[in-house]
Amino acid sequence: MINKIVQSMADAMAGIKDGSTVLIGGFGAVGQPDQLIEALIEQGATDLVCVANNAGNGRVGLAKLMELGRVRKIICSFPRSAGSVVFEELYRAGKIELEIVPQGTMAERMRAAGAGVPAFFTATSVGTILANGKEEREFGGRRYVMEHALHGDVALVEGWEGDRWGNLTYRASGRNFNPVIAMAATMTIAQVSHIRELGELVPENVHTPGIFVNRVIQVDRGPDWA
Amino acid sequence: MQGFDRKAMAARLAQDIPEGWYVNLGIGIPTMVGDFVPLDREVILHSENGILGMGPAPAKENIDPWLVNAGKQPVTLRPGGSYCHHADSFAMIRGGHIDLCVLGAFEVAQNGDIANWATSENDTAPAVGGAMDLGAGAKRLWVIMEHTTKDGRPKLVEKCGYPLTTPGAVKRVYTNLGVFDVSAEKGFVVVDLAPGLTLAEVQAASGAVLHTQ
Repeated sequence: MINKIVQSMADAMAGIKDGSTVLIGGFGAVGQPDQLIEALIEQGATDLVCVANNAGNGRVGLAKLMELGRVRKIICSFPRSAGSVVFEELYRAGKIELEIVPQGTMAERMRAAGAGVPAFFTATSVGTILANGKEEREFGGRRYVMEHALHGDVALVEGWEGDRWGNLTYRASGRNFNPVIAMAATMTIAQVSHIRELGELVPENVHTPGIFVNRVIQVDRGPDWA
Repeated sequence: MQGFDRKAMAARLAQDIPEGWYVNLGIGIPTMVGDFVPLDREVILHSENGILGMGPAPAKENIDPWLVNAGKQPVTLRPGGSYCHHADSFAMIRGGHIDLCVLGAFEVAQNGDIANWATSENDTAPAVGGAMDLGAGAKRLWVIMEHTTKDGRPKLVEKCGYPLTTPGAVKRVYTNLGVFDVSAEKGFVVVDLAPGLTLAEVQAASGAVLHTQ
């Protein structure tokens, strides 16, 4: 019997190695797997490369992981926001590496990784400093830059519902990067608010088919997110 | 020189969006444009975080923490609206499916270059978000911004001084002083000026020549 549901955060985090590239879902706080990030802090892996749209808020979650010196590099589209104090401190002190990627390119690089596409061409960033050093080609009279697939060793996903085959649904705009990162990692771990029996999720409405998911754990998000 | 306030700027731009367009609004003044599209005109708002058919901000008691816009503020979904993941959302942008994108800017040049993501004047990290995808991918890009910086420097310029977001992308600029087309042949062309202002006054606040039609 296939059962991807794990009962403890220790089981969910088992085997994550130092030096891993960790893809983290979410757009700001929405769809961000807070409990899994806390569990990764607990688990202890270090020298991480984290891929997330934003560079953490306050001093919890991803910001705490960075503050503890466990993140070597962050790949993101929008590190600067009102609450990104820890990142700003580390960045100014030269203690964290930043790769800035246009948001759509970031999503597509992970989609490509999940789909077996090693690189692709896009018009995004042509003629800007973010295209410096990248191969360019012309198609149909327009210039494009080459971007490479972005694989993860681990993906931390926030779903809404999950079942023991790893099928997932997402809630409203909490979907964002989650289905994309789920495809792009060797080990995809999903926290969900609700565990469903096999067959209970409407097949037409499964957002991430279980083939992309390795572990599912139920978490309590609290009444605001219910 | 006063001209339009921010609401009037947003309202002026909203007038020009026809029914049926799919529109992405950037953070800041662009977000306000949505409030001024007449309710009987169906314009479908896209938000980069995977919302198509986005509605206005909810009343406090109806806030759904799972539903935010690109600025991470609570919003609603209109009947007929839908959600998608980030790669699909940016396929809408990069694949040329969005009729109009409205962004703010630090500078717009007379050749349509836009600079709106990084300045060399502070030591904070650059943050590009979806601006380069929108600039390169939307069918048309309009900018809405103050005509000058807080210390009075022009933001309509001959050539951008800040790092570019997208070269040659801006088709029209809405400012507190007027509306300006960006034409490949002429550069900035005045569409109209805010009430009570003369071309000479607005020209004096601009860093590039303003042509008349």
